[in-house]
Amino acid sequence: MSTATTHDEHHEHHDHGPEPGLLRWVFTTNHKDIGTLYLLFALLMFFVGGALAMGIRLELFQPGLQFLDPHRFNQFTTMHALIMIFGAVMPAFVGFANWQIPIMIGAPDMALPRLNNWSFWILPFAFTLLIATFFMPGGAPAGGWTMYPPLVLQGGANVPFLIFAVHLMGISSVLGAINIIVTIFNMRAPGMSLLKMPLFVWTWLITAYLLVAAMPVLAGAVTMLLTDKFFGTAFFNAAGGGDPVMFQHVFWFFGHPEVYIMILPAFGIISQIIPTFCRKPLFGYESMVYATASIAFLSFVVWAHHMFTVGMPLSGELFFMYTTLLIAVPTGVKVFNWVSTMWRGSMSFETPMLWAISFVVLFTIGGFSGLMLAIVPADFQYHDTYFVVAHFHYVLVTGAVFAIIAGAYYWLPKWTGHMYNETLGKWHFWLSAISVNVLFFPQHFLGLAGMPRRIPDYAIQFADWNWVSSVGGFVFGISQLLFVYIVFSTIRGGEKATNRVWEGAHGLEWSLSSPPGYHTFATPPQVSDAEAHS
Amino acid sequence: MYFTRLSRLLVGALLAATGSSAFAAFSDLNMPLGVTPISREAYELHMLILIICVVIGIIVFGVMFISMLKHRKSLGHEPAQFHHSTKAEIVWTVLPCVILVAMAVPATNALINMEDTSESDLTIKVTAYQWKWKYEYLEDGVTFYSNLAPSSRQAIYEDPRAVDNYLRNVDERVVLPVGKKVRVLLTSDDVIHAWWVPSLGMKKDAIPGFINELWIKIDEDKTGLYRGQCAELCGKDHGFMPIVVEARNEEGYKMWVAERKAAMASKKVAANEAKKPLEAAPEEQAAVVTHASDLVQPSIVAAARSEKSGGL
Repeated sequence: MSTATTHDEHHEHHDHGPEPGLLRWVFTTNHKDIGTLYLLFALLMFFVGGALAMGIRLELFQPGLQFLDPHRFNQFTTMHALIMIFGAVMPAFVGFANWQIPIMIGAPDMALPRLNNWSFWILPFAFTLLIATFFMPGGAPAGGWTMYPPLVLQGGANVPFLIFAVHLMGISSVLGAINIIVTIFNMRAPGMSLLKMPLFVWTWLITAYLLVAAMPVLAGAVTMLLTDKFFGTAFFNAAGGGDPVMFQHVFWFFGHPEVYIMILPAFGIISQIIPTFCRKPLFGYESMVYATASIAFLSFVVWAHHMFTVGMPLSGELFFMYTTLLIAVPTGVKVFNWVSTMWRGSMSFETPMLWAISFVVLFTIGGFSGLMLAIVPADFQYHDTYFVVAHFHYVLVTGAVFAIIAGAYYWLPKWTGHMYNETLGKWHFWLSAISVNVLFFPQHFLGLAGMPRRIPDYAIQFADWNWVSSVGGFVFGISQLLFVYIVFSTIRGGEKATNRVWEGAHGLEWSLSSPPGYHTFATPPQVSDAEAHS
Repeated sequence: MYFTRLSRLLVGALLAATGSSAFAAFSDLNMPLGVTPISREAYELHMLILIICVVIGIIVFGVMFISMLKHRKSLGHEPAQFHHSTKAEIVWTVLPCVILVAMAVPATNALINMEDTSESDLTIKVTAYQWKWKYEYLEDGVTFYSNLAPSSRQAIYEDPRAVDNYLRNVDERVVLPVGKKVRVLLTSDDVIHAWWVPSLGMKKDAIPGFINELWIKIDEDKTGLYRGQCAELCGKDHGFMPIVVEARNEEGYKMWVAERKAAMASKKVAANEAKKPLEAAPEEQAAVVTHASDLVQPSIVAAARSEKSGGL
């Protein structure tokens, strides 16, 4: 793609560069700036949510209550989840989408740049409202991120703030998703047919549809909470003819697609990284696309597996068990395809590849425990225990977050024009990969031995593994400071990155200079087969 | 204040690190086999699927690690360029489907059995409150509340290791006869709770305004104590509402019922003499008197804290 490169560099001289000063970031409609904003915001929230997790692990380090009273502990678990899901993981993936989708499909920018600015700038306000509840009488929401009534309605001043913050996050996500769909369908360079798109673009296209379909459901659910609390309705109050379990059905109808919203873009990132460092094309590109679409479809018919203990009819339990088991098939296809991509490749193990490989292994472990949770008779034992906590942290931390970190190392040289420090990157990887397992693996044992989740204090038989888990948690938490150091020192300087950056990298983004000009692909590039889906 | 907490933490950490009794629970790794047919079915399914997952994991990760060891650039391995194989893809779509069906069949049978609460010998109704349980024996007419044991409550801010069954002990145990099919009806007075004793093998939510049910049949030879706790976040003291089931043989159970009835009757008389509440139902009166202290106790942990700091 040398033609595109020269075009791009030629154009840079005429480009309007970014506005000087801080206002650049407030008024920007540039997809790269907005991508950076999303990613930095996600990093900040990762540490806010992480600080809450440290508080949780500190309290659980020893039996008895030492640091947090039970009400404060419940606030920590609730806010940890809300901040990590809506503040860290989702915005990080939108950040990747903003940076990468236009330069992967040869578009000059996102299709709706002003909307893009707005969808980001809603977030800081949403999280200011949410975090401010810590300083209100009664404190932050303490009913769990799942907001089950009637418990959540016992909250005080925080309830309307929580609901309004969720509305804002939902609006932000839906706007971002619409922008991504419109961009992908309208802005692809000539020759970039749908089945030539990089897998990251495909997974985001499907994720965007999930967002558009799922977020309004959440908005509806929390609006019903609002009217139940303040306007005398009884959607979820049995005394008024309502049903508290109906909230759970509506919530998880959003909540399960939400789980895939947080993992499909991760699949996309991993599907970019593994072929690059195997120097071999991705195995089964088309089946990857179909598997992603099947997972997305199935995500709408499995929701009640989060609530097997509410007392559903037998036929309902059987239906949701079978559909949930079915998800293992397309997910298995993905894992097999990644392993087949590695098979007989020519592998090297730079930092992004290390994170990607650990993603495949650890996410699969999370998938296995998910399969176990689908077996309803066994789920009656697992449900609401630390086994579930271990399961969803394997898929969300060693799944989604590891993919985000892998993607950050993979594209950081492209974004900043500098290579990160490979030695430090490897330290970051090994410290994280070991400590995260010390943190979460023992939680399987705790859950099986009978420790419920969301408790600030526990019986003595759970003390030992909680102690181990907390030590792992502290090491994992501290290790992430290294990531911040690596990212910011790479932004400031370092060895100059080449355009291609990685020997085995394919795709339009690598035909641009590192860092790319402020405006790229003002003239659409010609897409050669060699640069199509890597 | 924080210094003493920190020093206690350090001592605890040292204890855990140096072994001795602190290591006892490291061996708690798996689901308990339990003492009911249901719990054994759950355990067997759990082990079946665990083994299937481990085998699949060994194969998949094994192929991956062989590839990572042999197909490295540093060993001069040249990359192959194949990128699909319809045959392989059909195999690894169909094979998982077969395995899933093999897992779904026993799971379906177990589930049908678990949800069958018919032909029970005895029914108890469990009502959850923030944060205690109320038990009503519908046939035998016994009613009582069950709270966190005072010994555990006092230890929350003291030394949890010094008391027996910290946070898994109650003031009044649920007594169940072994060898009888007990139907448990679950509901709640306020928010959603969940009743769970791992060794009995079933967990169900207690939902305000609705009644859920589960059944328990403890093996004839398994008299003893079985402990559990609330499993659905129910507010501040969610971690402090334990369940203790005492399984007795039939004679022991009948003796217990007779004792409870006598005690309730005498307390009811005492209550009527002391003061006559106009509106409360008879069994409510008994409960109120037996556990009057509960009603003025806003929070288990707040009470523990104020006891410790001398009334705050």
